[in-house]
Amino acid sequence: MSLFSTSVRANAVRPSSAKGPLRDRFFKGSTPWLFLAVPLLLLATFTLLPVINMMWYSFTEWNGISKDKEWLGLGNYLEFFTRPELFRVFLVSLYYFFASFIQMGLALYFATILSFNTRFKNLFKGIIFFPYLINGVAIGFTFLYFFRPGGTLDASLAALGLEQFQQQWLGNPDIINVSLAGTSVWRYMGLNFVLFLGAIQSVNPSLYEASSLDGAGKWQQFRYIILPSIRPIVGLSVILAISGSLAVFEIPYVMTGGANGSMTFVIQTINMAFKSHKFGLASAMAVILLLIVIVVTALQRKLVPDEKVDLT
Amino acid sequence: MRMRTAAMVAATTSLALALGACSSSDNGDGGTSTEPTSGATAGASEQAVAGDITVLTNRTDLVDTVFADYKTQFETMYPDVNVTFEAITDYEGEVATRMSTDDYGDVLLIPNSISPNDLPDFFEPLGSVEDLSKTYRFVGSEMTFDGTSYGIAITGNANGLVYNKKLWADAGVTDMPTTSEEFQTDLQMIADNSDAIPLYTNYADGWPLTQWETNRGGVTANANAVNELADTDTPWVEGSDHYVIDSLIFDAVAAGNTEPDPTTTNWEQSKADLGSGKIATMALGSWAIVQMQEAADDAANIGYMPFPAQVDGKFHSVISGDYKNAVNIHSKNKAAAKAWVMWFADESGYAADQGGISPRIDGPTPATLADFDTAGVEYIELTPAPAGKESLVSDIDSESEIGLLNPEYRQKLVDAARGARDESKQQLFDDLNSRWAAARASVEG
Repeated sequence: MSLFSTSVRANAVRPSSAKGPLRDRFFKGSTPWLFLAVPLLLLATFTLLPVINMMWYSFTEWNGISKDKEWLGLGNYLEFFTRPELFRVFLVSLYYFFASFIQMGLALYFATILSFNTRFKNLFKGIIFFPYLINGVAIGFTFLYFFRPGGTLDASLAALGLEQFQQQWLGNPDIINVSLAGTSVWRYMGLNFVLFLGAIQSVNPSLYEASSLDGAGKWQQFRYIILPSIRPIVGLSVILAISGSLAVFEIPYVMTGGANGSMTFVIQTINMAFKSHKFGLASAMAVILLLIVIVVTALQRKLVPDEKVDLT
Repeated sequence: MRMRTAAMVAATTSLALALGACSSSDNGDGGTSTEPTSGATAGASEQAVAGDITVLTNRTDLVDTVFADYKTQFETMYPDVNVTFEAITDYEGEVATRMSTDDYGDVLLIPNSISPNDLPDFFEPLGSVEDLSKTYRFVGSEMTFDGTSYGIAITGNANGLVYNKKLWADAGVTDMPTTSEEFQTDLQMIADNSDAIPLYTNYADGWPLTQWETNRGGVTANANAVNELADTDTPWVEGSDHYVIDSLIFDAVAAGNTEPDPTTTNWEQSKADLGSGKIATMALGSWAIVQMQEAADDAANIGYMPFPAQVDGKFHSVISGDYKNAVNIHSKNKAAAKAWVMWFADESGYAADQGGISPRIDGPTPATLADFDTAGVEYIELTPAPAGKESLVSDIDSESEIGLLNPEYRQKLVDAARGARDESKQQLFDDLNSRWAAARASVEG
């Protein structure tokens, strides 16, 4: 006869909030924690500990290998703020930031259309989501072929008779960031799309009927019914967009390594650590990025609060 | 394949990093304990050559074939030893991380990111520079600290440019260019007479651009060129190695004789293109010759020319060691590990198989450098850094964030030359000089 069966039998005749023996309550209360123990352990080992370590490195000067680390206090942070070229790279993030609004717009559009009865809608859902599943490095290499002179994009323009638009998509420093941001949009739109799709499908369909009886058109249905109901998801997407564009790394690193004006803040941090061997300064830069993202998120939540709108 | 070539390239260019001037290691490094050299080697040789050793390597392509043969041969000579190989794809990254623990194999290649004053903490001394330099090349100037050598090179490389002989001949070029101007004229002739790209920079992959760097010392025939970098505030001044090398790249790109869109170059493709006649020239260490020959339809078409600069009517080429084999200071079987390191350099024939210069002074010269012999090229080995200043140049380089052995600053050069950036060549050089001077003041001051 186990301890648990005793307490279950005992609680069967008592209200759920009644007090049982302490030992039983402890076991019952600790079950969730036992389930969480392994994920928490993994989180602590692979996320919290390295971050704390990195914060410690940011107060030292270290070349990455040597056994001694010189303590600098806030020296690295001061150095960062006195070197404007280090945060000029945030200007590149602006390209990705604006691209992410286009991304959200497109995702919202497709999600809305594909929530209603459209022919082949499952096929389209698959096509839109599929890029998100592909490995970022593979996408980077594929798009390098896409953008090279005489590559897929140039060939497609020629086939459509639009040769005059052919140019150096990556070689031209004025549009390299637009090309890379476009690649990013292609990759991540699927994620936004799926989030919005799920949210839109949670809207009560009788509302659409009711509104069209009242004479509402599609655009009005979208603006007054759909958009308010998915506000939390839109808020989440905007936060992800901002922090994503500040910390963009994978696509530019794989495709150009940050050359020709496509250097982003995270690539610069990586180079600072692994090429210039300045782990202290690089760690400080990473901590500063974390603080910026936290501040921006907090601001955004304050300015655009996340209340759920009740439509009934 | 990529990682192997990238690693070999990085290894070739690691020479300069090991050379440096004074180290600013006055912050407690004096306390690092290094056993006196004779004591260490005496202790190691008292141990029997026996036990299990793990050898780390970056040659994932050779570990099951060529290295397996080496294992058999070595174990025949030393029956009590059992060798296991660990082939690592991202060698630099993984091993540098493992070195913060004790577990990084018994024998390993010294990663390029190590600065000389960290060597005694991680590797077993192999002998004094004085003794070893009687038998082995590159020992005096690479991976040494305080008169003690910590690594023996696995092979050696010369520096120059690999080219397609047929393309150059068809364009009407008869002799190897002896000055930068002649080189630019030759590139123009190739551009005018064929569809090939005269000079391919491999800008997108980045690391091929760092191959130009190891020509320093060869341009001015000055074996002390790298050490002198620590004493000058203007490395990019008219006539200096860096000025000549970087001007050559700049002028070639500005004249339109390189690839039209550098951001989409492809290393693997370029090997095949050199062989098939779509590319005429690339600046790479001599390790690349074998790879180009393998990728070409006709291996005899691949030639190797020295950097177009002559001193006293002769070409000069800097030869430097590739990666160095070293023994982990935490190894349990140091005698066996050391035996492998020595055997690899003396008897394995690895350097000859790979078309490289033997690490032994009395070793065979490779067939791949036959063109150099015909052209009467003189080989230069860079002089070691003065004692106490081994990592000065690399410290100044890191502090300035220029990265002589990183691709970024030459990528900027290429961008400026093709009009993607506003700066002129002189502006770029002035900026580099001022950053170098500032870093020098900060490191030495």
